Amino acid sequence: MFYRENGQFKTSYKADQQVFAIPQDRWAILALVVFAFVGIPLLVDEYLFRAILVPFLILSLAALGVNILVGYCGQITLGAGASMAVGAYAAYNFLIRVDGMPALAAILLGGLVAAAAGIVFGAPSLRVRGLYLAVATLAAQFFWDWAFLRIKWFTNNSSSGSVSVADINLLGWTINSPTDKYLFCLGILVAFSLMAKNLVRGNMGRQWMAIRDMDVAATVIGIRPMYAKLTAFAVSSFYLGVAGALWGMVNLGSWEPAAFSIDRSLQLLFMVIIGGMGAISGSFFGAAFIVILPIFLNQMLPLVGSLFGLEVSIALVSHVEFIIFGSLIVFFLIVEPHGIARLWATGREKLRLWPFPH
Amino acid sequence: MSGRKIGEVILDLKNISLSFGGVKALQDISFNVLEHEVRAIIGHNGAGKSSMLNVINGVYRPQQGDIILRGKHHTNMDSYGAANAGLARTFQNIALFKGMSVLDNIMTGRNLKMKANMLQQAVWFGAAQREELEHRAKVEEIIDFLEIQHIRKTPVGRLPYGLQKRVDLARALAMEPQILLLDEPMAGMNVEEKQDMCRFILDVNDQFGTTVVLIEHDMGVVMDISDRVVVLDYGKKIGDGTPDEVRANPDVISAYLGASH
Amino acid sequence: MAFFLETLLGGLMSGMLYSLVALGFVLIFKASGVFNFAQGAMVLFAALAMARFSEWIPAWLGMDNLFMANVLAFAVSVAIMFVVAWLIERLALRYLVNQEGATLLMATLGIAYVLDGFGQTIFGSDIYKIDVGMPKEPVMMLESVFEGGILINKEDFIAALIAALLVISLSVFFQKTATGRALRAVAADHQAAQSIGIPLGRIWVIVWCVAGITALVAGIIWGSKLGVQFSLTTIALRALPVVILGGLTSVPGAIIGGLIIGVGEKLSEVYLGPYVGGGIEIWFAYMLALVFLLFRPQGLFGEKIIDRV
Repeated sequence: MFYRENGQFKTSYKADQQVFAIPQDRWAILALVVFAFVGIPLLVDEYLFRAILVPFLILSLAALGVNILVGYCGQITLGAGASMAVGAYAAYNFLIRVDGMPALAAILLGGLVAAAAGIVFGAPSLRVRGLYLAVATLAAQFFWDWAFLRIKWFTNNSSSGSVSVADINLLGWTINSPTDKYLFCLGILVAFSLMAKNLVRGNMGRQWMAIRDMDVAATVIGIRPMYAKLTAFAVSSFYLGVAGALWGMVNLGSWEPAAFSIDRSLQLLFMVIIGGMGAISGSFFGAAFIVILPIFLNQMLPLVGSLFGLEVSIALVSHVEFIIFGSLIVFFLIVEPHGIARLWATGREKLRLWPFPH
Repeated sequence: MSGRKIGEVILDLKNISLSFGGVKALQDISFNVLEHEVRAIIGHNGAGKSSMLNVINGVYRPQQGDIILRGKHHTNMDSYGAANAGLARTFQNIALFKGMSVLDNIMTGRNLKMKANMLQQAVWFGAAQREELEHRAKVEEIIDFLEIQHIRKTPVGRLPYGLQKRVDLARALAMEPQILLLDEPMAGMNVEEKQDMCRFILDVNDQFGTTVVLIEHDMGVVMDISDRVVVLDYGKKIGDGTPDEVRANPDVISAYLGASH
Repeated sequence: MAFFLETLLGGLMSGMLYSLVALGFVLIFKASGVFNFAQGAMVLFAALAMARFSEWIPAWLGMDNLFMANVLAFAVSVAIMFVVAWLIERLALRYLVNQEGATLLMATLGIAYVLDGFGQTIFGSDIYKIDVGMPKEPVMMLESVFEGGILINKEDFIAALIAALLVISLSVFFQKTATGRALRAVAADHQAAQSIGIPLGRIWVIVWCVAGITALVAGIIWGSKLGVQFSLTTIALRALPVVILGGLTSVPGAIIGGLIIGVGEKLSEVYLGPYVGGGIEIWFAYMLALVFLLFRPQGLFGEKIIDRV
């Protein structure tokens, strides 16, 4: 059967406004989600969960947050890692300081605290823009790096500076095996992705994009830049905060501030660029790319080296990884500034017309 | 022009002066706009037309002068305030949201009328969904009105210039404004496109009763569709009245037709 | 009082080095609208080249004259930075001419990764020494004015002097020479400059090359102080608030911004640090720049942005 929509007519605006307006897409996505919940746990071993799938899910969530701010609202940030840190440490403190705090509630509260912090550090966006703003967001990054390292209260006076959380618990379900962690993160990611999609296709998302594309015109039709920008910062930081809490409490178990350093911020930004700015799916593509690439290179480079009879040291692998990674970023920016999501969309457009493009 | 009746003064501008650094863009300009009329501001490039429009809808704040809208003073109005007060505008260099589709661009014009909160929008349930459908229906009316059905899902960046201008108008109309400000709506168009645009402007004025203030640099078509015309020259008002009066005004003739004609 | 002055002078001297790195940012931004995040990677790359060649060249040529070795290594490093600049223009920049600022910023992040990886692959990733004969001992000054005088680190002083000289000569170069004029034309308007026959590509190579040389000097100064290691890349992050404070397009801004941040950092660390647990200098500089931005969004000397409709 061809992937096409001849003969499918929409009879109401409601049908036209669905997330996946083409039935084939709807079924494919549904199948994918079912497969992710049922199929993957049956097929995949622990290593894959730990090394790839759980990090992928959490970083996708974080990339969604960054994409809302950078891709949809056009406010560039180099402080995404800091929002994750705020979420992680806030969730940690809620969990250990409040008796009987459910883990999920702690994680969501962590997200809310991150949102509040995001609003404070997003405030400069009302005055400065573009590159100046990018540097301003670094202020948040370095401030929180410092705060979680030096202010002992945040880490519950832990002597080593690292904090740890025992297995978390959701309504009697103890999340400790890699499969549990995977399913827990997957559930959160699916719910949050749907909400993100709803936000960006509705009035909120239109306001963000209007500010991104032409802020003067946006004000003239009654969009308040302050409201649009600060909500973008808040929603983005909320997503990042929840992702941070998951990263710390579910993926790592114990962590230090370095887990959310500026390198993390840059990594998230790359995910969004490579994946596709202003496309929800881009966040997943980007996260997958950046999680898998190092693992792939790690496996491949020694093999390639041995073909030429070369011993490839671990240091060399990490350096070559840098080179390839950097080159790919530049390559993507030159070839397709809109990222993998755009390539995907173009391919799909072609497929819709294939095999009769005229 | 049937059906519409020119009413009271809806917008009154008194002694407006605006300068940037030492450059005086507008000097002591006063004129008014009556409800339901088509009011044109004409002048050469650099005469201060765009500045005038920017003052009216709060993008610039004049150093002196008073803006009275329906009897209320709006001297410190910003552009958000202007939008709330029922002013909409189009832009000379088309300021569409280039990353969005035509439909989304026009839907942004409805933002002031959409009330669902963020949580409702996130779950796409109840008020949010109902609102989205209601406003979509309204926007579709405008799309029909301006005859742009075939491009509603197209990203605006891909459209030719004339259609972009029409989408710009559609977005302004989506606000259901009382006063519509048009910044050189016919600039850069061919004769056919100009005729279309004239028709749309008159239809808007006629069917919705919208007051139209438009600026143009050439006298041509504007004289045919306007009720009254203000002429600016180097930031000063040199003429004001019906098209016939303005045509007969010696200052206007010397500024406009003078030496070169 | 003496202690305060000591801190102040220390701040001014380290500020001068910030100015030097900031100047690299400003030059590239002026000429190509690129916010060069790779400046830190360039510092590391240049310093690595310098450190390794000053080690290798004597070994290859079998000489043991430290001065000559340094001169040769410096010359080779300059040549290498030129090649790097040329490659960056050739392989990346020319394809990104009219992209938005954010895209260009990310591209330089990519370039930074490549330089980091490449530099460490060729030159190794241990800690290396640069010995250009900088004096290490401190000196006392103004003993007649203050009791006990004030202690100045001679190394810092010389470093600041070198940085100041370089900053001044670069300013003169860009104000007075034909290349400088062409550069300013490009900064004002790419297309207009191109249309009157200024070769964009060549100007960019020159600017990146100059930025590479400032990176080399900064790398040598810092490297001889702290050793050449990966952490040198963070210097760029320290210099960013300087650029923001001074305005992205302003050479005097970079200089004065550097001094303000240098002094602000030192004073805050000494007088404020003890109360909040220390280590505040890095974010303090950013906060300082941020607060400043709120009042003057275009920086100290940046060009005012006027919205047009």
